Amino acid sequence: MAHLNEAAVAKINEICDRYAEERTPLMMILSDIQKEYGYIPLEVQEIVSKRTGLSVSEIYGVVTFYSFFSLKPKGKYIVGVCLGTACYVKGAQQVIDKFSELLGIAPGETTEDGMFTIDALRCIGACGIAPAVSINGKVYPKVAVSAVKGIIDELRAEGGAN
Amino acid sequence: MFIKNFDELAKIQASCTTALSGKFSGEGNKRAIVLCGGTGCLSSNSADIKAKIEAKLEEKGLTDRVSVNLVGCFGFCSQGPFVKIYPEDTLYRLVTLDDVDEIIEKDIIGGEVVERLLYVDPSTLEKVTKQEDINFYKKQVRISLDGCGVINPEDINEALGAGAFAGLAKALQMDRADVIKEVLDSGLRGRGGGGFPTGRKWQFAYAQPDGEKYVVCNGDEGDPGAFMDRSILEGNPLAVIEGMAIAGYAIGAQNGYFYVRAEYPIAVNRLRLAIKQAEEVGLLGDNILGTDFSFRAHIRLGAGAFVCGEETALLNSIEGQRGMPRPRPPFPAVKGLWECPTIVNNVESLACVPYILRNGAEKFAQYGTEKSKGTKVFALGGKVNNVGLVEIPMGTTLRELIYDIGGGIPDGKKFKAIQTGGPSGGCLTEKDLDVAIDFDSLVAKGSMMGSGGAIVMDEDNCMVDVAKFYMEFICDESCGKCTPCRVGTKRLLEYLEKICDGKATMQDLEELEALAETIKAGSLCALGQTAANPVLSTLKSFRDEYIAHIVDKKCPAKVCKNLMSYAIDPDKCVGCGLCERQCPVSAIIKTDYVAPGHKLPSRKILDDKCIKCGLCMSSCKKFNAIEKK
Repeated sequence: MAHLNEAAVAKINEICDRYAEERTPLMMILSDIQKEYGYIPLEVQEIVSKRTGLSVSEIYGVVTFYSFFSLKPKGKYIVGVCLGTACYVKGAQQVIDKFSELLGIAPGETTEDGMFTIDALRCIGACGIAPAVSINGKVYPKVAVSAVKGIIDELRAEGGAN
Repeated sequence: MFIKNFDELAKIQASCTTALSGKFSGEGNKRAIVLCGGTGCLSSNSADIKAKIEAKLEEKGLTDRVSVNLVGCFGFCSQGPFVKIYPEDTLYRLVTLDDVDEIIEKDIIGGEVVERLLYVDPSTLEKVTKQEDINFYKKQVRISLDGCGVINPEDINEALGAGAFAGLAKALQMDRADVIKEVLDSGLRGRGGGGFPTGRKWQFAYAQPDGEKYVVCNGDEGDPGAFMDRSILEGNPLAVIEGMAIAGYAIGAQNGYFYVRAEYPIAVNRLRLAIKQAEEVGLLGDNILGTDFSFRAHIRLGAGAFVCGEETALLNSIEGQRGMPRPRPPFPAVKGLWECPTIVNNVESLACVPYILRNGAEKFAQYGTEKSKGTKVFALGGKVNNVGLVEIPMGTTLRELIYDIGGGIPDGKKFKAIQTGGPSGGCLTEKDLDVAIDFDSLVAKGSMMGSGGAIVMDEDNCMVDVAKFYMEFICDESCGKCTPCRVGTKRLLEYLEKICDGKATMQDLEELEALAETIKAGSLCALGQTAANPVLSTLKSFRDEYIAHIVDKKCPAKVCKNLMSYAIDPDKCVGCGLCERQCPVSAIIKTDYVAPGHKLPSRKILDDKCIKCGLCMSSCKKFNAIEKK
């Protein structure tokens, strides 16, 4: 997003407008932008700065502080492997290692085709079904290492189809 | 409907109560099916199961005789998804899409219980039909989880039928100071970890001059392994809203903010809907129930920072800043959100408040120990048979929690430790199992209540590895504001990595301990001050494990990869070669040895090539010839 197109600028302004009545709405604005575009590059932060009156450095500080906000685009499928305690003691590390191995990327990275990002998640509260993997919001319960390849294949087929 | 005054509320509650009890007792020859709609069961397909049940009822022309809806978490997550049928009160567990036809045809139409879907008590092997007869539930007392798994969280009428807003109505007819006194008398202490008396917090904010004040509900539940706040918000959001409104009335606030983790989309949606429904009937907004009390609830989402569970960091986050803690004093009760007097209460604490107002402080205080009253919700997880949410009276012992409610350790393994209080807490061992759980007893034993995570470990867990795991978490989540926590946790982690790799010396262990004490003494907020707890508490109970790693270069639990190896028992190996094909690095080769009674040569593992992934061992389940050394 080196140069923002008009539609994007309009959308970001619209998001800022949503919270015009709210006191200190920065987090809400950033959350909505992150949800809409998957990342919050500098150009976007500049618009938010103009609209909120906060300095770009302050906004940058907030964007880089919270793990939900990203400066870079993420993959079509964000594979979040829960590494919370309950999942960890049930082998979540092996599960994330398997995703890394099969996709050829480390946690936090995105595959070259833009299809997958692997994220190591803190407890997502699905401890009853550990180890849990959350992919674009859908939670896969009790994921075995042997099931990882099947999950990737399924998503590739689905992602390639549309 | 718009509820204008106390009389109208009482009337509506009475009619909702009649409707709700009618639903449960099968009035008019109707039946009701409810399914668990908590995050855990939804990810095990409960929404699809509901849709299939509805389609099937439609097909059979039963929609006017049988109702279907989702409810909140049943708590017994390892047995989900649950389907419950009223009025018989039959509970089916581990239900799949394939079971729907049988449930409808056999039970709903035929009136017969589907035996194979009933819970089986593992000790007696008997089938249990009703929820209340399952051991997991027997010792539980539900106050903050009240309504979860019972009422429809998306329908305010069911909540009203179960008594919602009776507490607020009572409070609004009391003097503000008396409301605070009631909460003080109940002995309610903050359920988020600190254990600070809730009523005292309210008193501080009440004592501040009138003007802009705020109630903030801390729903930034970040402790790995804890999910009670999420379940309460998903299962009975109106109870928390009511608790918040009561707090607002007591301290003189007009606005409340829910700060909820963005990781909890279902909880946020239900909360949003509940706020909207409460506004529509006038239970939130201007001049509630005809009084001069006006109160509005707002939602703010977190963005993935553990430290925001700390109250001052949370306030900074609502204010659109980095979630870094503020020095205290001034405490939020004096100078909090936007510099106004603010109370920050945890979800579970607020969920207890309506109960206290409705039933009186004494009723709440009948449960618990001398200094910790009421009940506490624990998220029981890890190596225990019954994983889930349990609400028990304070004073229950850890043994009861793990064995009577939790059903003990799976696969006949030996109990090793229970970690309570999340990363800031500590590990308790066999000798502590008869401790009556309360805020003070756990601290005395070197751990803490925290928000109520309870992770059970068995003999296969390496305690140094567990400490390392928590330290990675803390190191990652340190906000970076103060040096002892920012730099200290990183150094602690490096020592732990060295120990797990078998490269540490006893000198390192000494330095590790000294550094841990320094971080504890020198950090700004509670997160930093407790950051070294995983190290200190495991060292206290499992020093010999640390020493085994350092001196003997052995990991007794055979977890740390550098300090263990895999080996094939040549006499058990049948020579099938499955492990050889599975090995990703070709570290398994044929030997010349053929074991007596076998036809093919056994395999062996080359230690210098082996990456210890464990695939061989899991591929040899049939013959069990591969073991960890």
